[in-house]
Amino acid sequence: MKLLAIDTSGETCSAALLQDGTLTQRLETAPRRHAELILPMMQQLVDEAGLRLADLDALAFARGPGSFTGVRIAASVIQGVAFGVDQPVIPVSTLAAIAQGAYRRSGHTRLLVALDARMDEVYWGAFEINEAGLAEARGSERVCAPEAVPQPEGEGWYGVGPGWTAYDARLRLRIGTALAGVLEEGICEARDLALLAEAEHRLGHEVVPELAIPVYLRDQVTRKG
Amino acid sequence: MRVLGIETSCDETGVALYDGEHGLLAHAIYSQIPIHAEYGGVVPELASRDHVRKALPLIREVLDKAELTRTDIDAVAFTAGPGLIGALLVGAALGRSLAWALGVPAVGVHHMEGHLLAPLLEDSAPAFPFVALLVSGGHTQLVDVTGVGRYRILGESLDDAAGEAFDKTAKILGLSYPGGPVLSRLAEQGDPTRYRFPRPMTDRPGLDFSFSGLKTFALNTLREAEAEADGAIDAQTRADIARAFEEAVVDTLVIKCRRALRETGRRRLVLAGGVSANRRLRARMGEALAAEGREAHYPRPELCTDNGAMIAYAGWQRLNAGATEPLLFKPRARWPMEELQPVGPAII
Repeated sequence: MKLLAIDTSGETCSAALLQDGTLTQRLETAPRRHAELILPMMQQLVDEAGLRLADLDALAFARGPGSFTGVRIAASVIQGVAFGVDQPVIPVSTLAAIAQGAYRRSGHTRLLVALDARMDEVYWGAFEINEAGLAEARGSERVCAPEAVPQPEGEGWYGVGPGWTAYDARLRLRIGTALAGVLEEGICEARDLALLAEAEHRLGHEVVPELAIPVYLRDQVTRKG
Repeated sequence: MRVLGIETSCDETGVALYDGEHGLLAHAIYSQIPIHAEYGGVVPELASRDHVRKALPLIREVLDKAELTRTDIDAVAFTAGPGLIGALLVGAALGRSLAWALGVPAVGVHHMEGHLLAPLLEDSAPAFPFVALLVSGGHTQLVDVTGVGRYRILGESLDDAAGEAFDKTAKILGLSYPGGPVLSRLAEQGDPTRYRFPRPMTDRPGLDFSFSGLKTFALNTLREAEAEADGAIDAQTRADIARAFEEAVVDTLVIKCRRALRETGRRRLVLAGGVSANRRLRARMGEALAAEGREAHYPRPELCTDNGAMIAYAGWQRLNAGATEPLLFKPRARWPMEELQPVGPAII
C-alpha cells in the first residue's frame, strides 16, 4: 500500500508518504506559502522513496475544516494529481487528523478538537481512538459558538487544537467535569492524515478526483444584497 | 503541441484544448452568473468554491468533445493573474499539479494577454503590429502591440472600467444582474435623440478614460425624469436613458481608438474583453475605421468573455518561445501587463 497525503489547511504545510507501513513526512510552518511548498514536498517524498507517482495506490488530503483558501489548495492539487495519474482520492477530516496526532503524542484516547473559526465560533469534532489506534468520530463535526458545542458522554476527555487557546475559559465551562485536561500542541500533520486514509482505503472509502471537494462547515459566507 | 487551458480568474470557469497545428479543438465555459445574481455582484468566496467543483468536470468534458484523453495533453496553461486571488489559486493549483502528474510543461498566463491574443484564434487573424482596446468589467486599456509580450499601455481608465460603468448604470435603472448586456438590449428600444450624455475626456488630448461620471449622469437624468413624471417613469424613458448612456460609452471608445491609431500610425485595431461583444460598439467601430481605411478585428462573442481558449492559445505562444514554470504556483491578483517578457522581435 502506497499513499501520498497532503495538508495545507492551516499555518503549516505538510506532505507524507506511507509506503507499506513506513511513514516519511515533510512539514513546514509557512503561513501563505503553501502554494510554493506543497508540490516540491510531494516530489521530494516520491523521489527519495525511488517511486513514481503512478506507483501510488491513492492520494489523500485534509478536506477541512480550516482556512477556506488553504483547503482549496489541497483539494485542487490532489484533483490535478489524481486525475493526471488516474488514482482515487481519500478526503480526510482535518479535525480527525489533529485527534490522531494528539493520540500519537500523548496517548490520550478521548479527544475534543477545536479550531478557531473566527466570528466567535469554533470548528468542533469529538473523537475516540479505536482498537486499531485510529481516531473515530463521535457525532458530526460542526461550526458553532463555544457555548453550543455538544457535551461529550462520559469522562476523561482532552481538549486539543488552537480553538482551545482562543476560547479556553468558555470551552472549559461548557465541557465541565468531562474534561480531563487541555493538550498543548494541536496541528494537522500529513502523517496522521495518511494513517487515517490508509484505513479508509482498506474500507474502499475512496472518491473520483472531481469529488475531492473541501468540507468548509461554514456555508454562510456572505449576506444577500 | 496540444495545450490544455484553464481560466478561473473571476466568475467563469473556462477550459479549452488548443492544438498548434489544428487550432482550437474544443472549449467549454461554465458561468457562475446565477450564483452571484442574488448578491448583485461577484462574491469572491463563492466564486472560488464553485471553481473547485466545476474545473475538473469541465476538463473531462473538453477532452470528451475533442475525443482525446488526458495523456494526449502536451502542456497545461492556467491563468496566473490578474484576478481574484482565491479563484486564481484553484485553477493554478489544478493546472500546475496536473502538468506535474502528466509529466508535461506548465505555463502561467496573464489574463489580459489571453484576451488580447484571442482574435488570433480566428481565421482572419490580425497581423502585428496593432492597437488593442481591452474592454471588460475590470479593465479599459488601449495597448500598442508589436508582438507577443510586447505591450505598451497607451491609455486606461482612471476610475470605472467600461463594463463596470455598464453594470452600475444598469443597477441604477433597476435592471437585473449582470446589467451590462441587459442594458444593451433595452437600449435597442431607446430613442438616441432624447437625452445626450457627455463624452468624458474627449475634449482634451490623451488616451485615458473616465467612465464613473456617466453613471452619475444617468442617475441625475433618471431623477429629473422621475420628478417630471411624479415618480412613475415609463419603460420608454428607461430605454432612452440606457440608449443615451450606451451611445456615450461607444462614442467615447471610438473617439479614443481612432486617436490611438492616428498617434501610433497603426492600421489595425483589435477589440477584446467582455464589452467587445457589444453589437453597437462593433458596428460603430467597424464603420468609423473603414471610413479611414483601417480594420477592426474581434473574436467571436463566446471568446470575448472570459474563456479557456484564450489561455490555451496564449500559453501555446509562450511555451513555443520556451517559457517554463517551476514546480510551484504563485498567482497574482495584480500584474501589470508591461512586466511580461517579450516573445520574439518587435514587428513595427
